[in-house]
Amino acid sequence: MSPGLPHYLTLSAVLFTIGMLGVLIRRNALIIFMSIELMLNAVNLGLMAVSWYLRSFQGQMLVFFVMAVAAAEVAVGLAIIIAFFRSQQTVNVDDLNLLKW
Amino acid sequence: MELAFFLGFAVVAVVSAALMITRPNPVHSAVLLVVTFGALAALYILLRAPLLAVLQVAVYAGAIMVLFLFVIMLLAAERRELTERDPLRGMRWPAYLFSAAFLAVMCYVAWTSPARGTHGDMPADAVARHAQLIGQELFTTYLLPFEVVSVMLLAAMVGAVVIAKRRFE
Repeated sequence: MSPGLPHYLTLSAVLFTIGMLGVLIRRNALIIFMSIELMLNAVNLGLMAVSWYLRSFQGQMLVFFVMAVAAAEVAVGLAIIIAFFRSQQTVNVDDLNLLKW
Repeated sequence: MELAFFLGFAVVAVVSAALMITRPNPVHSAVLLVVTFGALAALYILLRAPLLAVLQVAVYAGAIMVLFLFVIMLLAAERRELTERDPLRGMRWPAYLFSAAFLAVMCYVAWTSPARGTHGDMPADAVARHAQLIGQELFTTYLLPFEVVSVMLLAAMVGAVVIAKRRFE
């Protein structure tokens, strides 16, 4: 027996929820960022599953572009974290309130 | 047999992801995330997409996670005792509740509504020449997005250098 589309979509939903929970309950900017990557990957898995079950390349091309955008996002995001750490000596997002006033 | 492989890799992915968001040390989180990405690459193989499995390992588990580890080491974030004092402690239970509700809705949708849509034109031997077919799509149908992405990567690279280099007072 081979896994069906609902199996893959359920796994995708579980991983996305774990990533969302990571963003909601953690305060370390690096771990929040990793959770965002996990959510991107969960969506990728869903796209790949639908792409295979509909025998279409569209989902796989979308995954390809998501990977490219994720690489750009990580580069800029980590640069922002480094810049923030230089000025504040912390990676706790609760201290990230410079623009609040 | 395929279901057994799927369940095995699914369990590896979910367990390492759950451990990832609960470890206090960011280095442990990064290594666990690599394990999750590896399991996802195996699932891409099960979904008959070997090229994207390779890209998953090379781009995500390789490049992106190395960048993460590099930044963690650079900031020495693993030695800094990050006391996660939480001013919004009361918001934790709503977060769990919201996540559980979200998961329930997603699972309900996944199991009750079948995937509808026109079947694409993936040939029967797509696994054998996957890279060739993806490359053909990339340089014909998706040529414009491909070029846009290349410009975007250049812009992100320049932006990252500028942001990380500048000294804030």
